Amino acid sequence: MARKLKAGFFSFTGDEGCMIVLLELISDRFDELSQKMEIAYWHVLRSKKWRDINDFDVAIIEGAVSTNGEVERLKDIRSRAKKVVAVGSCATTGAPSNHRNFFDERRLGEIDSVIRRFGYREKVQPLKDFVKVDDEVPGCPVMEEPFLQVMQKYFKEFGVG
Amino acid sequence: MHDADFEIAVESLSKIEGHANLVVSVHEDRVVDARLEIDESKRFYTQAIRGKPYAALPQMVSRICGTCSTAHLLCSMEAVEEAVGIVPSEQVMTVRKLAMYAAWIRDHAMHLYFFSLPDLLGKDSALEFDGKEHELLHDALKVKGAGNRFAKLIGGRAVHPTYFQPGAVTRLPKKEEAKATIKELREIRPMVLKLIDLFYHSGQEFHRTTHFAAVVNNDYSFCGEEIMLSSGMSVKEDDYFNHLMRVVLPYSTATGFAFEGSAFMVGALARMDLNRGSLHPDTKKDASQPMSAFPTKNIFRNNLAQAIEILHAIDASCEILERTDFKEEQPAKPQRKGGVGMAAIEAPRGILFYQVDVGEDGLVRDGTLVIPTQQNQINMVKDMKTVVQANIRKDHEEIRKELEALIRAYDPCMSCASHFLKIKWVKA
Repeated sequence: MARKLKAGFFSFTGDEGCMIVLLELISDRFDELSQKMEIAYWHVLRSKKWRDINDFDVAIIEGAVSTNGEVERLKDIRSRAKKVVAVGSCATTGAPSNHRNFFDERRLGEIDSVIRRFGYREKVQPLKDFVKVDDEVPGCPVMEEPFLQVMQKYFKEFGVG
Repeated sequence: MHDADFEIAVESLSKIEGHANLVVSVHEDRVVDARLEIDESKRFYTQAIRGKPYAALPQMVSRICGTCSTAHLLCSMEAVEEAVGIVPSEQVMTVRKLAMYAAWIRDHAMHLYFFSLPDLLGKDSALEFDGKEHELLHDALKVKGAGNRFAKLIGGRAVHPTYFQPGAVTRLPKKEEAKATIKELREIRPMVLKLIDLFYHSGQEFHRTTHFAAVVNNDYSFCGEEIMLSSGMSVKEDDYFNHLMRVVLPYSTATGFAFEGSAFMVGALARMDLNRGSLHPDTKKDASQPMSAFPTKNIFRNNLAQAIEILHAIDASCEILERTDFKEEQPAKPQRKGGVGMAAIEAPRGILFYQVDVGEDGLVRDGTLVIPTQQNQINMVKDMKTVVQANIRKDHEEIRKELEALIRAYDPCMSCASHFLKIKWVKA
């Protein structure tokens, strides 16, 4: 069987709209992409857990980093993947999931109990502040064509198709 | 030998919108605790919207949920319009109806084909559909694709659509585009009929008594001024919030909403219960037998209701696209600087409510929203207990499957849920 790009799709802090866009993009080109890509982990499509996989070719990640738990998870995913792609505005810049970075004292006071109880970090930050990110695709939601270009690049690099 | 004490825990339940954990604890063969834990970080939109120009609000709150973005966009827009006295034209409302029909098609198709159908066919994933089932995967891609292209035509994008503004639509569908859309929607219609048939004969059952609540109207569209309850009570959309009561769930850290003190349910099943007389005539004709399943107390019929709604969305949209001659028009203007506006709409998963307070300076002073999953929360947690108790002697893996399938039938959206949950910590 021909080699496929072993991919995992991950969500961090955000509205998960990028994953919806990517799912629709892949659905639309399913005949082609399913030959080249193995969806090894994707929460919306199958129950397989990412912690049971440690040889992802590529981790495709949406969302920003808001909690200490997310930093740990991000580093763990990075250690299991040859490439990490940050997709969408939250993952690449932190916005718009980072509203609280700009809150005044009064608003910060209102959210303080949640921030402290759940190990939220002082600021919401993009992925590259914590791990090496190999490629970034901007957009809110993520732009389709630039994402496909990154995938095409990996198909070549990994000798797929 | 089975254990009298155990815990059924589903970490990060797959095949739902967003991330949630299910935990049910059993002691001496009795369910003592059930929790639906939301595994998402809060983004604090309630605080973030304050001080923003009202016209920017809809695009901002669209980002509360990528799945339900069109619903958040259009509901908040209606609330903002009411606050500043913008009266959208009939054409604007027609285009918005098309946008929500497209959202229903995309969303329901995602839920039915990718989330619920694997449970029905005993597969882990739609990607594993093979043999005769492979055709269903093909259908799924076609139906989702058609809904997606339809959404893009009407709103510019399927997620966070760009063509909608308070009082205006910035781009209208052209004749030939409408024609192409009608053709594509007609092509998926037989596939949707097949889907309806599949869920009609699913045999999945979980009966429970509950109240239903839905916006009622005469065209089964997303909007209307009246909210009907299965108790026979009806309230105006502006009054809806006054009847809701926040309830802290017993044995749980979560809160949900009750209507006049009673747990209730919103979504496709509620709409079908209360408003099915307003479905499109073509839908009624071709889905007459499956529609005989309603009214029902079987929660799994939410899946069938969604499948029928896809058909209705196709039929109603084709009719609108055929008969409407879209014409450029001037945007409706605000008649005052500020005020309070309220709106309730039918998002794919049920009633979505927004209240927005706009100051004289045109900036948002405050806002409140109630999302569908929050209104179904009390029933969902209660039913988690019931389903585990009813199957308590079965193998744990089997109980887990029953539990997962039932929660999926409710079609919760955890991205929305992450926003609303106020966590109350009960001191031991």
